Amino acid sequence: MEIFQVVGFGIVGTIFIVLIRENRPELARLLAVAVGLIILVYVIGYLRIVLDVINEMALEAGIEPVFLRTLFRIIGIAYLSEFGAQVARDAGEGSVAMKIELAGKIIILVMAIPILTNVLESILEFIP
Amino acid sequence: MELKTDILFQIAGIGIFISVINIVLKQAGKEEQAQMLTLVGVVIVLLLVLQLIADLFESVREIFNLY
Repeated sequence: MEIFQVVGFGIVGTIFIVLIRENRPELARLLAVAVGLIILVYVIGYLRIVLDVINEMALEAGIEPVFLRTLFRIIGIAYLSEFGAQVARDAGEGSVAMKIELAGKIIILVMAIPILTNVLESILEFIP
Repeated sequence: MELKTDILFQIAGIGIFISVINIVLKQAGKEEQAQMLTLVGVVIVLLLVLQLIADLFESVREIFNLY
């Protein structure tokens, strides 16, 4: 069972972080980032399975692959910006975290423009 | 697809090691060397963390096919 591994890893990591924080707070912060990264890399491997299944289902349903690719890209950008913002917030830099989130939102908006224009075009087709 | 436990233990080991050596150096009155040791420790751990970040970016790019 993978959940035991992740929970055990998290507990061991937390113990080490608390142990190191007394003397070396800067190393404790880096260790916290490393623990988060290791768990994230581990879990994202499982996400691949889910995404493959969704891809197959979309192919069978005949959804245009361009839309699905854009959707996946947006999800990836959201994950990354969320992670970066969380790291910055953990280090006490709330303003940097806000800017990272803002950048993520704007880039997602830019990526969504083709879909938006497509929706508008199909709406205009319905209206005579 | 496995938990990289070794990096956790490496970083924790470096942290504990540097704390101990730092105490020894401070007792011996060598403040400058202690400062340098701290800096070196941070740089080494930063390199390890950087490798992990690159790993995450690479896998996210591959899975969500970002450019």
